[in-house]
Amino acid sequence: MAGPDVMFPEEQQQITTVCQRLHRDANAKAVLLIGRDGQPIAEAGDVEELDVTSLSSLTAGNVAATGGISKILREKDFTSQFHEGEKIHVHITLVGGRAILVVLFDERSSLGLVRLRVKKSSDEMTRIFDAVSTKAQSKSQPSILTEITDKDIDNLFND
Amino acid sequence: MSFINYSSREINCKLVYYGPGLCGKTTNLHYIYAKTSPEAKGKMISLATETERTLFFDFLPLSLGEIRGFKTRFHLYTVPGQVFYDASRKLILKGVDGMVFVVDSQIERMEANIESLDNLRINLAEQGYDLDKLPYVIQYNKRDLPNVAPVEQLRDLLNPTRVPEFEASATTGVGVFDTLKAVAKAVLRELQRGSGGGSSGG
Repeated sequence: MAGPDVMFPEEQQQITTVCQRLHRDANAKAVLLIGRDGQPIAEAGDVEELDVTSLSSLTAGNVAATGGISKILREKDFTSQFHEGEKIHVHITLVGGRAILVVLFDERSSLGLVRLRVKKSSDEMTRIFDAVSTKAQSKSQPSILTEITDKDIDNLFND
Repeated sequence: MSFINYSSREINCKLVYYGPGLCGKTTNLHYIYAKTSPEAKGKMISLATETERTLFFDFLPLSLGEIRGFKTRFHLYTVPGQVFYDASRKLILKGVDGMVFVVDSQIERMEANIESLDNLRINLAEQGYDLDKLPYVIQYNKRDLPNVAPVEQLRDLLNPTRVPEFEASATTGVGVFDTLKAVAKAVLRELQRGSGGGSSGG
């Protein structure tokens, strides 16, 4: 099994910048980047009112279920999904097979524009993920995990 | 799979509660939710049928405090226990860091327990995991009921490798937090070991 997924401050900043640009260029309400297992990674736009943790977990479940359907249909993957609401629409894409990019938008934007902008952002994000993987594997960054002692863990669970 | 964010200083881990239908997986999460302070928990989500049976999963995000300035966040999931939801169960196991197998201690559910544990091993193997190598604990639930099998018998049948085990009554909360703490601790120890760290000093 591969090592734990990580995100470093430098790449976090870059990813957030890409999310912010996508939010602006796509005229979106909000943009979320989520790990395939449902952990929120980055966000941009009107997220104060959103329950990002719940949205992330449900979206990851949704993507996993869609992946299950594609497997049964012998389709490689359904790389994007679109949910059309009355006021809000949701566009969901897999980024480099590693993360889920969610764009929430309303009548101020269109599916065509969102798709177009998402494509460009996805490519940029994939490059940033590659950089994170290289950095994580090179061990040039000290891991927090090596610093954790048995005592730290015991202390966490002391009542 | 755990996710460590050095920017927001968070360690995220995924725990999955598995077991036969009606063994008390969702009840475990309900109890944890009810007894945790508001600042330590997020919203609990249950994707359930009209009859309150789990359809896809329950989800509860929990913060268990800080280690070396990093917040430890645990995402608790349950699977649907009913046999015919197997495709959904497999999906929830993706990226799991720690497992809790909830046993229904009632004698008449013995076969369902064995079947569910076999199913867990098979589904984990499909995702490339080996139950014996994962942080894993067993909870013998419903100990408050009159028709339960003795723990020794349950242990012989369901815990041959003698992983940490806890007697519980999830409706009253007995054993619920002991189980959670044990699996969370095992997950952190595994992360520590996997990184090559883990001195005993402080």
